[in-house]
Amino acid sequence: MKNAIIQHLQVIKFTLRRLLQTPVSSLLNILVIGIALSLPIGGYVLLKNVQGLADQLAGTPQISAFVELGTNQEEIAKVARRLKEHAAIDHIEFVPRDLALKQLQQSTGLADVIGGLTQNPLPDAFIIYPLALDAQKLELLRDDLKSWSQFEHVQMDSAWAHKLEALLKFARMAVLILAVMLSFALVAITFNTIRLQILTQRDEIEVSKLIGATNGFIRRPFLYFGLVQGLLGGAAAWLIIASSLALLNYSLAGLAQLYASSFSLKHLSLGDSFTLLLFSSYLGWLGAWFSVSQHLSQIEPK
Amino acid sequence: MIKFNQVYKRYQGGYEALKNLSFEIAAGEMVFLTGHSGAGKSTLLKLIAAIERPTSGSVLVKGQNIKTLKSAALPYLRRNLGLIFQDHKLLFDRNVFENVMLPLQICGFDHRESTKRVHAALDKVGLLKREKSNPIALSGGEQQRLCIARAIVNRPTVLLADEPTGNLDSEYSNEIMEIFKSFHQVGVTLLISTHDETMLQKFPARILHLQHGELKV
Repeated sequence: MKNAIIQHLQVIKFTLRRLLQTPVSSLLNILVIGIALSLPIGGYVLLKNVQGLADQLAGTPQISAFVELGTNQEEIAKVARRLKEHAAIDHIEFVPRDLALKQLQQSTGLADVIGGLTQNPLPDAFIIYPLALDAQKLELLRDDLKSWSQFEHVQMDSAWAHKLEALLKFARMAVLILAVMLSFALVAITFNTIRLQILTQRDEIEVSKLIGATNGFIRRPFLYFGLVQGLLGGAAAWLIIASSLALLNYSLAGLAQLYASSFSLKHLSLGDSFTLLLFSSYLGWLGAWFSVSQHLSQIEPK
Repeated sequence: MIKFNQVYKRYQGGYEALKNLSFEIAAGEMVFLTGHSGAGKSTLLKLIAAIERPTSGSVLVKGQNIKTLKSAALPYLRRNLGLIFQDHKLLFDRNVFENVMLPLQICGFDHRESTKRVHAALDKVGLLKREKSNPIALSGGEQQRLCIARAIVNRPTVLLADEPTGNLDSEYSNEIMEIFKSFHQVGVTLLISTHDETMLQKFPARILHLQHGELKV
């Protein structure tokens, strides 16, 4: 067991040495893989950020019911009780007008405008989380609430979120198609690199076969090379996205400041980064595997 | 150890390299394989190492039939054979030590144990001081000795040498033959192909003489 591990470590050492022997072509290969991967992954990162922004603004469908200005506390408590007992409502959240003003100040970047107000123009409000999520039942509930005399205005917050969701779904599909195509490209790049390596190492392969190397032993360094190249390509993609985001955030900072908001694009999470590296390594390995199975059998000692 | 029974080897195009060969080499024997070039010496050695397969007849090496041997079992057969080539087949992308290390890496030996063995093998052929050199910096005789070191580091029971002294002057040839003799003394089976008549006189041993692919006694 220990021997096997040492053997694998030796192969990895050998692989790294081989990468360093041809620094320019290795670097170019890694860069090509990095760029190919950074396109779909970058798209994914942007989508995730937009999605995050959308979720932040509107999560699950909810209904906001604004209480008529000047309604007294007793009346409001009665309405709250009635809402809680309503069969179509899961739970409710009461937002007093003072709190609403504060939240508005903090979240949407209108701090300066609100700061200039002399009095609070906002009404007390209920945020209502319905049990059913389909559009028809939501509309029914909204119409019911509209008929209550205490409510001045009842509004459903989900319509635009649905539209955005559909748009994001479309964009996600586009990113997925791009990812699939460029994955093939990555496999093809590795396939070709390994093919060239096999050709230049004909002698070594031949000699190894002559002195009793199994096919697995001969395959191993090539598979590791594909794996390591894929891994480094993935890391390059990560760095490309990181620096692109840094540049975008830099110009976004000015825009956000105009809205007094602190929105910035976030990079891949730790888990996603790990998945990216795992995936790119796997694709590199796969390309190497295809190449090796294609070309190694052609080299037999004579 | 090695047994040929009515072996024919016919290449594509109908050329018959070996015709009706039958002989046996016992364990621990040292045998010379002679004949003019093109007589089939190399083909015969290739059949033993399963680089080629016989067209008909049977070749048994350590009881295994080369003709029916599965390709997955082939590496394990070759690990019992030490092959010495006329063109050395050394790897020039690594140093002397690493060249000799290769068979042990292939067999998955422990690193410390294999370092010891590599040093022993290099010492045996007198190349211990050159272990860090690139084989390209070695003379023809030294390259041949390096090839021998690589063949024996695995401690095979059979050594096959194809014209090991082919391109060497007599001094180098004698050195190499002395090395072979010392293997013979410790019980290794040796089959050495040569067309060097003086060798045969200096080192008396059984001779298999090939003529146009046929065995002449």
